[in-house]
Amino acid sequence: MRYRLLYFASLADLAGRSSEDVQSTAADPAALYAELAECHGFTFAPTRLRVAVNGAFTDWSHRLADGDEVVFIPPVSGG
Amino acid sequence: MSGFRLADAAIDVHAGLRALDDPGSGACVTFEGRVRDRNEGRGVLRLDYQAYPALAEAEGAAVVAEALVRFEIRAATAVHRVGALAVGDLAVWVGVSAGHRDAAFAACRWIIDEVKRRVPIWKNEHYVDGESGWLHPDNSPVGARE
Repeated sequence: MRYRLLYFASLADLAGRSSEDVQSTAADPAALYAELAECHGFTFAPTRLRVAVNGAFTDWSHRLADGDEVVFIPPVSGG
Repeated sequence: MSGFRLADAAIDVHAGLRALDDPGSGACVTFEGRVRDRNEGRGVLRLDYQAYPALAEAEGAAVVAEALVRFEIRAATAVHRVGALAVGDLAVWVGVSAGHRDAAFAACRWIIDEVKRRVPIWKNEHYVDGESGWLHPDNSPVGARE
């Protein structure tokens, strides 16, 4: 399936981009993150991240659909 | 009028205050978060805020909506900057109006704490020594809820 990834903060720095489209057989965010961490050298354990699909927080076992926008959210530091 | 928004230019505090005008409110509490010149002992020259806009606005709006249910307040609004800020710049503004001061103080404090904890905004600090880095506080577990 094809997914749209958005990257922020240190994940964007590591990926060297703020977004990308990927082809993947990953069916949930957990599997997709494992693939992308391998590819881009992400070092955050999933327990330190939250995941959003199509602009809403969801869980790591959410079933992904073709064309979904997936965002892995590193610990926030606003304020 | 209540709500949350991201601002890519200087926050208009007076507009925020006008949004809280309400004859039934005997208390108005505001919080200004400003860029400090030091963090963890390092000199800070400036910083950049980056947000995931769609989710930041939705989550910020959820924080304000939850505050309106949780506290005896009449209006609440919060604004967070994105982009490049200098030391002393206003980074985040929270305003709450309520019938009485206890609820206004408590809600204002709760909103800024929740914004800092939940809203997908990140700070990249540029230090006096020329280094810079994204802040990712280890508030583990990240997804924890009260």
